[in-house]
Formats: sequence, C-alpha cells, structure tokens
Amino acid sequence: MFAGIDIGSRSTELVLQKEGTVIHRAQLPTTFSPLEQCRKLLEGYSPECLVATGYGRELVKTLGLPYRVEAITEIKAHALGAHALFPDARTVLDIGGQDTKAISLNPKGGVLRFEMNDRCAAGTGKFLEYTANVFQISIEEFGAYALKGSNPPVINSMCTVFAETEATSLMAQGALPEDIALALHTSVVRRTSTMLKRVGLAFPLVFSGGVANNACIRKLLQEDCGEQGILCVAEEPDMCGAYGASLWAERCCS
Amino acid sequence: MSDAAHTEMWEKLNLDISAHDGLLEVLGKFYGDIYLSQENRLKGMEYLDFVLSEVHGLRIKELQDAKATGKKIIGTFCVFVPEELTLAANAVHVGLCSGADAGTDEAEKLVPRNTCALIKSFIGFKLARLCPFTESCDLVVGETTCDGKKKAYEAFGKLVPMHVMEVPQTKTDDAKQLFKSEVLRYKAALEELTGVEITVENLRKSIAIVNEKRKALQRLSRLRAADPAPISGRDALLINQVSFYDDPVRFTQSINTLCDQIEERIAQGEGVVPSGTKRLLLSGCPMAVPNWKLPYVMESSNAVIVGEESCIGSRNIRDLVDESGDCMDEMLDALVDRYMKIDCACFTPNDERMVNVENMVSELKADGVVHYALSFCQPYAHEAIKLQNVLSEKGIPMLSVETGYSMEDVEQLKTRVEAFVEMLD
Repeated sequence: MFAGIDIGSRSTELVLQKEGTVIHRAQLPTTFSPLEQCRKLLEGYSPECLVATGYGRELVKTLGLPYRVEAITEIKAHALGAHALFPDARTVLDIGGQDTKAISLNPKGGVLRFEMNDRCAAGTGKFLEYTANVFQISIEEFGAYALKGSNPPVINSMCTVFAETEATSLMAQGALPEDIALALHTSVVRRTSTMLKRVGLAFPLVFSGGVANNACIRKLLQEDCGEQGILCVAEEPDMCGAYGASLWAERCCS
Repeated sequence: MSDAAHTEMWEKLNLDISAHDGLLEVLGKFYGDIYLSQENRLKGMEYLDFVLSEVHGLRIKELQDAKATGKKIIGTFCVFVPEELTLAANAVHVGLCSGADAGTDEAEKLVPRNTCALIKSFIGFKLARLCPFTESCDLVVGETTCDGKKKAYEAFGKLVPMHVMEVPQTKTDDAKQLFKSEVLRYKAALEELTGVEITVENLRKSIAIVNEKRKALQRLSRLRAADPAPISGRDALLINQVSFYDDPVRFTQSINTLCDQIEERIAQGEGVVPSGTKRLLLSGCPMAVPNWKLPYVMESSNAVIVGEESCIGSRNIRDLVDESGDCMDEMLDALVDRYMKIDCACFTPNDERMVNVENMVSELKADGVVHYALSFCQPYAHEAIKLQNVLSEKGIPMLSVETGYSMEDVEQLKTRVEAFVEMLD
C-alpha cells in the first residue's frame, strides 16, 4: 500500500492505493496546525512509502513516521495524477486554495512547461471564497448561485480585495447579485485562460483541484475551450495531487 | 581592526551607527545560513569569507588609507564604466553593491514605487546612511543603461558628486563613436579629479591588471564545466561579487590560487555535489551583495548552479581588452570595442545575448536555464520572453522568475524551482 498526502493552503488530502487502485481517500481542513491534521489522517495506516506534496510537503518529514517519506512538488504530483486518470491528457489545470497551475504534458505524462499564478490570491479558490462572502453564501453554493446569472457585468480587477470592492459598487449600481457572481466566476476563468495559453494549451485538458467542484467554473471553462476542446474532470478533483503523490510513492519503492 | 576602531571610522563617515550595526548583524546571519553552512567547501573560500566579513571594515580602512595618500575613490553601479581608466588615473574603482532592501521608504520619496529593488537600494543606502563605500566616494559614476537608472541618477546626483556616462542603445558605428566620446569625457573627468594624466604607460599597465582579473574569472568559469561541479554557484557568485570591490591584484592572485585547488579537486573526481546533480545556468539581471536568495533556493532544490549569465558573471568577464595598441587612440578604441561587446538587455536588438546563453549552456553542460528578472526591470523581462522562445526551439528548458529582494516569496520560488528541477529528470 502506497500513500500520497497533499498539504494545501486550505485542505489536506490523503490517498492510499496499490497498483493504481484506490484503497482509501480522506480530507481534512489544513487549519493552523497542519502537522496535527496529517497525523490524524495517517492514523492507523502504515504504507510502504508516503510521498508528500503541496506547500506543506517538507513538514511531513518532521513527523518521524516509521516508514519511508519523500516529497515532490504539486506540479509533478498533479501531472502524475492527471496522466494516470486520463492517459491522453496534454494539459492540466489545477485551481487550489491559493495556487493556480497550468501544466503542459508530453504524451508520456512528463512535464514540458508550467506556469503558476503570482504570489497573490487572484484567480484562485481563495478569490472565490473571499468574494462569496459578499453574497453571504458558502463557497460550496457559490457556483450554483452564479449559474443563475445571465447578464454578467465586467469585473476588471484581478486583485481579490479590489474585486470585492468592485462587486460591492456594482450592487450599489443595482446590478443583480447573480449576475455579479457570474461576473466574478468569469474573471477567474479569464485569468486562467491566459495562463493556459502561455503553456501552450492542448487537449484533452484535465481540470483538478478544489475549484473543479464548482459547476459554474467548469461550464465557463468549457465555453472558453470551445466545443472541440475536451475537458476532463476527475470524480474527486481535489484528490488528484494526493493520488499523483501516492503513485510516485509506489514508483519510489519499485 | 578592533570594534572600536571600526565604529570610529564609521562615525567619521557619518554612518547611522545603530542602523548599520543592525545591517551587519542581519548580513552576518544571512551569510552564515547561506554560505558557512555549505559542505565540501574549497579551502580557498576562506579568503572570500574573510573579505566579506571585513567588507565594511578592513576594506573601508584601506580606502581611507588610500584617500590619505591623495588617491581618489570612484564608485560605480555598472560594468560599462571602464575600470582600466580609473586605475590608470591612480584611483580606486569600487562597485557599489545595492543588493538589499534598505531605506526603501525614503527612496520612494525620490523614485516611483514601481522602480526595481536595485535602484531603490542604492538610493536607500545613501539616504539611510548605511553604506561606507558610497560615503567614501570622491565621485560616483552612473550610466544610462535603463530608464529607471538614468532618471534615478538625476535625484541621486543631488546627494553625491556624480558623473553620468551615456551608454548607447544600439551597436551601430555611430553608437560606438558616441561611446568613445563618453570614454574620452570620463577620462577627462578622472584627470581633472585626480590631477593624474592618463598616459599610454599607465593605461597599458591598468589594462593588463584588469585583463588578468578577467582571465582569472574566466579560468574559474571554465573549471565549472566539470561534473561533479567543483564549486557551488553561491561561492562562484560571491567571487564575482567581490571582484567589484576588492583590490584587483590581490583578488586575481587569490582566485588563481583557488583555481589551482579546483583543478586538484577535479583531478581527483571530487565535487561539492554528487555527479549527476542537475546543473542550472542562472541568467539575467545582476545579483549584487547580499542578493543570494534565488541562488540559495536553487541550490537547495537538488541542483547546482554552473554559471551566471549576468553582469555579475559572464557579462563582466567574457571579453578582454586587446593589448596590442601602442598609442592612446588605439588603446581607447580597444577599450570601446571591448565594452561595446557587452550584451546588456538595454541594447536593441541584442540578439548576441541569445547566442551567448546558448553557448554557455553547452560549454557548462547545463541541464536548464533559470532566468531571473528583477521585478519592474523592463529590459530583462522582455528578453525573458524572447529567450524562452529561442531556447525552447533548441529543446533547452527554461524557468522564468521575477522577484525582488524581499523574502516574502521564498516558498513560492522554492515550489517553482523544485518543480523545474523535477522536470529535468
């Protein structure tokens, strides 16, 4: 049994698998004590090898676990995960809590080129979470809410804080909240689309990370890619990184 | 030199003593973490450790002693200022480092906020009274390489005695003529300041001194082609940084001694990292002391830096001055020819830089290139895009990084660099 753990800014995921077949999946919020959360997730399991990824990847080594622990970057983990789930995939888009990554893959699943967002939250899950607050709804409901919009105004600001201000101003001007919500989703996709073009977007495109759970972003991304563009979303898109890491754990031991 | 003697000297230079103490403390800690923690370091690096530990101490004392004998101190920011002329005029040539954030709030009163960290740093160091080099200078020589610098010198010129050289933006014959007239103007300014006439004899001697320094650095650069890498990129960068303010003759001797040790090490098949470690070429903007953030991140990511395609690196050492000239005009032409070969991004079209990067990749057997542009440095940010396209056609992987001096983005940089190194497998 091989384990992968993805310690992101917002949530931590654990995947245990053997020869590609998933045995166990679990998720916890990362919180202020990521190590404690990792310990909880790993309790009762003793894989042959654990590979950590995500921004907390080096932290796991300090846990003193009685099995082999390695670390890889989230770029590599997502590339491995996407290639295993969709072997034809040529591009990966991962939108997580504080990072957005666009990765172009060669036919064997190797990373050819990648782009990450700058050091701020623009265009990430955090952006949606923050702006969802304006509507006093949860991040889980935000996508469905935005899908009700039909006539989105243009949100110009890339900055999360300024975008919130812009949304508030639009409300004051009488724009419908659903339309503003749709506009905020559109701005995320617009930014993402630029990144995808920079790495040389080719299809099929795998969309992973927590934001791939958002139906509105999925719809807008598909529209942006055009009808010909094949968009693949895993069953549990937030698990892709941890799954990729677990595959690497297996490769490390063979 | 005792602590008290240091402090007395700094007080005479009108430094802000408590802020300066704070700076040295941070610098010392930073140096310990990034440099002294390295394994398998070369014995010859002790010289560099000593020079750096006394960068604001003994070296400044040497400058004061030189001044006491009537020598003048010339401060520079750029590889376009001909050191050969400075030395011929019996003056001391020092690079003013500007590699750390200091006095930023004050600097932003004189230059716009979206100015690169290097420019803000030299202004900030002056305004915060933290740099004993700047305070020791009898003349500071600027150059019109980029818009940020040339406009900043207008403000800086009100704070220090300043001479600005016009560096052309193209390499046409007319541009070379312009640079020659600027070399002549600098020569005249030096002669007036020092009272020393620059003659065929003293210029010939100084050209030889500077050529020898560049040859020693070229030798070091060539040795880095060995696998396993015999010296860390951090150490090599430090050597290049120190070349800007150490005594040139002493420095050349020390680097040649170090190179002898490196040759022994290579003969024994030893290195600072295991053979097969991914080899990276660092390319782009200059990295002044103590701007070691990115090299540290790179060498903490299972990789080793094998070359610096940078002003503090290949741009400063690649070309020598032809020593065959035997009259003043021929010698000055030789100087102009040498300096106009510099492939700074301030030139257009500057295609030779693309070729030079490619050559370095193959000569140093690099697996990939990390391009570094200082935030808000337009010339290098433009060339990052151009270089990425050129290299991708040749199948050479490149990672483009834009950053400043602050530590806030270290984790993000680590992820990018580590992912890039993983990609090279």
